Amino acid sequence: MTCLPKMTDKKLGLVIDLDTCVGCHACVVSCKGWNTENYGAPLADQDAYGEMPVGTFLNRVHSYEVQPEDGLAQLVHFPKSCLHCDDAPCVTVCPTGASYKRTEDGIVLVNETDCIGCGLCAWACPYGARELDGVEKVMKKCTLCVDRIYNENLPQEDRIPACVRTCPSGARHFGDLGDPNSDVSKLVAERGGMDLMPELGTKPVNKYLPPRPKDQLSSDQTPTQSLQAQADNPAGFFAWLDRTLEKL
Amino acid sequence: MNIQPTVDTSPKVSDEIRKTTCYMCACRCGINVHLKDGKVAYIEGNRDHPVNQGVLCAKGSAGIMQVTAPSRLRAPLKRVGERGSGEFQEISWDEALQIATDWLRPLRETAPEKLAFFTGRDQSQSFTGLWAQMFGTPNFAAHGGFCSVNMATAGIYTMGGAFWEFGQPDWDHTKLFMLFGVAEDHDSNPIKMGIGKIKQRGARVIGVNPIRSGYNAVADDWVGITPGTDGRFILSLIYCLIEAGKIDLTYLARFTNAPVLVDPDTGLFLRDDSGKPLIVDRTTKTVVAFDHQGADPDIRGMHNGAVTVFTKMIEHFLVPENAPEAVADICGISAKRIRTLAAELAHVAFDQEIRLPRKWTDFRGHEYDEMIGRPVSIHAMRGISAHGNGFQTCRALHVLQIILGTVETPGGFRFKPPYPKPSEIHPKPHGDATPNAPLNGPHLGFVHGPEDLLIDDTGHPKRIDKAFTWENPMSAHGLMHMVISNAHAGDPYKIGTLFMYMANMSWNSSMNTSSVMDMLTDRDENGDYVIPRIIYSDAYSSEMVAYADLILPDTTYLERHDCISLLDRPICEADAAADAIRWPVIEPDRDVRGFQSVLVDLGARLGLPGFVNDDGSAKYADYADYMINHERKPGIGPLAGWRSDDDTGRGPVNPEQINKYIENGGVWVKHIPETAGYYKPWNMAYQDWAVETGLYDSAQPYLFQLYVEPLQKFKNAAMGHGDHQPPDHMRDRLKQVMHPLPIWYPTATVENDQDYPLHALTQRPMAMYHSWGSQNAWLRQIHGMNPMYLPTKVMRDHGLRDGDWAKVTSPNGSIVVPVAEMAALNEKTIWTWNAIGKRSGAWALDPKAPEATKGFLLNHLISELLPAKGDGMRWSNSDPITGQAAWFDLRVRIEKAQPPKSSQPQFGTLKSPVGQGPKTVTRSTKEGS
Repeated sequence: MTCLPKMTDKKLGLVIDLDTCVGCHACVVSCKGWNTENYGAPLADQDAYGEMPVGTFLNRVHSYEVQPEDGLAQLVHFPKSCLHCDDAPCVTVCPTGASYKRTEDGIVLVNETDCIGCGLCAWACPYGARELDGVEKVMKKCTLCVDRIYNENLPQEDRIPACVRTCPSGARHFGDLGDPNSDVSKLVAERGGMDLMPELGTKPVNKYLPPRPKDQLSSDQTPTQSLQAQADNPAGFFAWLDRTLEKL
Repeated sequence: MNIQPTVDTSPKVSDEIRKTTCYMCACRCGINVHLKDGKVAYIEGNRDHPVNQGVLCAKGSAGIMQVTAPSRLRAPLKRVGERGSGEFQEISWDEALQIATDWLRPLRETAPEKLAFFTGRDQSQSFTGLWAQMFGTPNFAAHGGFCSVNMATAGIYTMGGAFWEFGQPDWDHTKLFMLFGVAEDHDSNPIKMGIGKIKQRGARVIGVNPIRSGYNAVADDWVGITPGTDGRFILSLIYCLIEAGKIDLTYLARFTNAPVLVDPDTGLFLRDDSGKPLIVDRTTKTVVAFDHQGADPDIRGMHNGAVTVFTKMIEHFLVPENAPEAVADICGISAKRIRTLAAELAHVAFDQEIRLPRKWTDFRGHEYDEMIGRPVSIHAMRGISAHGNGFQTCRALHVLQIILGTVETPGGFRFKPPYPKPSEIHPKPHGDATPNAPLNGPHLGFVHGPEDLLIDDTGHPKRIDKAFTWENPMSAHGLMHMVISNAHAGDPYKIGTLFMYMANMSWNSSMNTSSVMDMLTDRDENGDYVIPRIIYSDAYSSEMVAYADLILPDTTYLERHDCISLLDRPICEADAAADAIRWPVIEPDRDVRGFQSVLVDLGARLGLPGFVNDDGSAKYADYADYMINHERKPGIGPLAGWRSDDDTGRGPVNPEQINKYIENGGVWVKHIPETAGYYKPWNMAYQDWAVETGLYDSAQPYLFQLYVEPLQKFKNAAMGHGDHQPPDHMRDRLKQVMHPLPIWYPTATVENDQDYPLHALTQRPMAMYHSWGSQNAWLRQIHGMNPMYLPTKVMRDHGLRDGDWAKVTSPNGSIVVPVAEMAALNEKTIWTWNAIGKRSGAWALDPKAPEATKGFLLNHLISELLPAKGDGMRWSNSDPITGQAAWFDLRVRIEKAQPPKSSQPQFGTLKSPVGQGPKTVTRSTKEGS
């Protein structure tokens, strides 16, 4: 068993806007590219050109259809990676102490030299956010790009997770969710940001901004004076027009 | 308490960043390529690039896996087995270039048209087109004919520019963004960035698309229209707006041809002696040229029985068949919803008008204190254009934008340089071949009447694809999808060599794929191939490689020079002109060469004008040398940057030009002054800036063409007027479709809708670009197979569940494929992802790869010809105006099928010239992999 810190100085995490995520997978591949080159072992792809390609990804996008009882069906794109929970069951279940939550920023990491690849943490994570690398047999997970966000070899503006930097629609935000005055905390407050499966008591740091209501455009809401018929035939229209042009 | 490990939070990122241009789709974003020990370590977006401003899509980030793709060709190949077998021998470049020269030289000396040179997803058409022109063949085009030529031509004829690289929504000011059937590989990052930006501001998005995925999934309102009926829907929106008087009368009078007088007898414009269209000036009540200084054009003007375009337009649009109630059923949208959408457009355009305090002066000398904007922006692409009625549908959409006053105004749609540009200043098409001589001019262009068609005195087409004939007079991008079929049929003539680049014509880029494979391998009575010789250039072991006789292996995009030129398909922004380069950020590790450099070499070997010096020696060492030293006219070259000290865009050759681009991140940007930023076609500040930049030689103010006179000229010919007459069997169709005002007509690919009740479409996934993605170990894990998505009702009606299989049948054949349910889908539409399905053995994939065993193409169901009409003619399955491939007119029926071993049809396993990929990949420079 491994202990969680009682508190962390910061709560770094992601705020993901489900209203603007178009499901393009840019974050998925940017994450793969950065992380296969950086923290820990590379992210292997097995049977890469074969029948059953299976690779390690730290971030994946799922898509769900929603069928309202009254209204048009909707499609929601849902990017998912480690939520860096305050009460992270993946840490407490770790038999070697390889999984841990950092005291300074709350990032949950795996110390690969101590990881025995037992997979208990992946079972314990209710979000399916951990993947055992098929080649190295160590547990891989989102590091929140711990090797970017403080990296003095990167310009200040690039010290953000790779997925946030690359997201074309601006649906991913990074910051300190422990600071109520941070941009991300304000965004969460404004947009009703939500925990994923709060009933599990994991206290995730990452938040999701819900999609805005869809298909609200109805004649009840659109000012009807915008479209009052003047004439439904050319002769009537020209009579209206001649009156209007007089005034121009 | 655990002891927390120490993490190196500042590892070295790379030894060096080299900035170049992405080629993972047609978007052409700027990328930072991080190198470690000379190897690519990581690719990210370039923050200083105008297209993507730092972001990058899944394809772009996965570019690193293109370099290590096992499907990469290794050396030139000579076919040694039967065509289609994949049996090749690797040969030297000397031998390959000698073979190509030996095949091409006799054609040039006797009949240059016997070379058909088509360059697919080429991003260097101003160069490849020049090469073909100097060779002398009329048979050149890229893939525009099967992509989105309807959109391009409708835009250029109507308003001097179209969507995608021609223009963009005013993301900073728009309040309502309406998106029709977009193609994901076109402007993909800018659209995502724009949607994110406007949503942050609380602006709204309306998506019009049969399928609610991607951008439509995040749209505030989704209009799940029935395919092919967009034109009808748009005409109804126009009807509603006119009926309510919600049109911008001032904009129409000043900036469009609404006030131009139309001759009642000919339907052509009244013109003055210098050929300028005439208008009535409201102030003086006199008839003057459209650009008369100080004139106040009268949209209700009349003169000797002639009325204005505006009058004809109202009579044309305000008719009962355009009322929402008349179109609701066919479009699959209720009349109430159509009226609501029209009301929303009117509300935002007129009740939420915006005014920018920028003074400007128009071409008639009128001065304005501010720029008025109607903040409705509209964007569209292949979805509405790949239909047999696509040109007129795109025309209708532009007319909708224009009557709302939303083009080139704040909050609306804005052109990007070198657009706006009136259709008249584009070249006309040229097609006269002479042995040992260049073609008489550029191949592709814009016709302005029957006299511009490329047909000989007997009415015979001059081009192999029959572009610019009565069958498709305005085919400004050619018809690449007809080349193999026509060459095989010897209609209009036989060819000697088919030379292609980056077009997977024996697979996903052709209609009727199985027949095309037969055509490519068919032999004549002497046992010779009907298409005698095929040269193909590709970087990868695509399906097409197996069907060529000589393969010229290309580099990847990270190993080559390219120019993203203002002469070509530029990357400008609405506020700036821009061009860019690619350069070899790494060297190839094999015997491959950039295709453009190979063409430079071939051009010299063949002695083509422009490619040799007076003494016959090679003019350019390679493509980079051409990029620097070629001048289209004095002071204007492929690249506009760093040509002069004041960096206007014009100027002498600068030997340091490419180095300057590299120093500047691979891109050159020249900003448009604020006062020139909107109203560009009429704004003299913009016109002067465009001349200074080299986009025009003189100011070119013009009017938007609500009424397109060249269409009327073709219609008149069909009615029997004039010297240039169509064959009689074409007259009825021309009379119907060549309407100078937008119309809608049903497209007929089946005789009886009841037999084929469903529409079938493809969409390009955001993480894949045509067939290239499947060789990419990362991207194929995102889109490794493509189910046929069926709407809920169709699933229920046929007793289908996810994972079941169905037989899908069109008049052209059947396929058997896996199905999946999708609720957010037009109920008469089924669809799948484009180009995921692969031929077994291609792309260095395991023959058991899901792309081959479960993936499939819709192409087998789509004929390149319409159903026979009993007249002996081969009627192309293309838009009758532009020749655009009508991919999306496909009609099908489905039935439940027993699961087969693999999706059907299958064509046997190709022998891979490069073997198969490795089992495991661990991508990292640390591991040395």
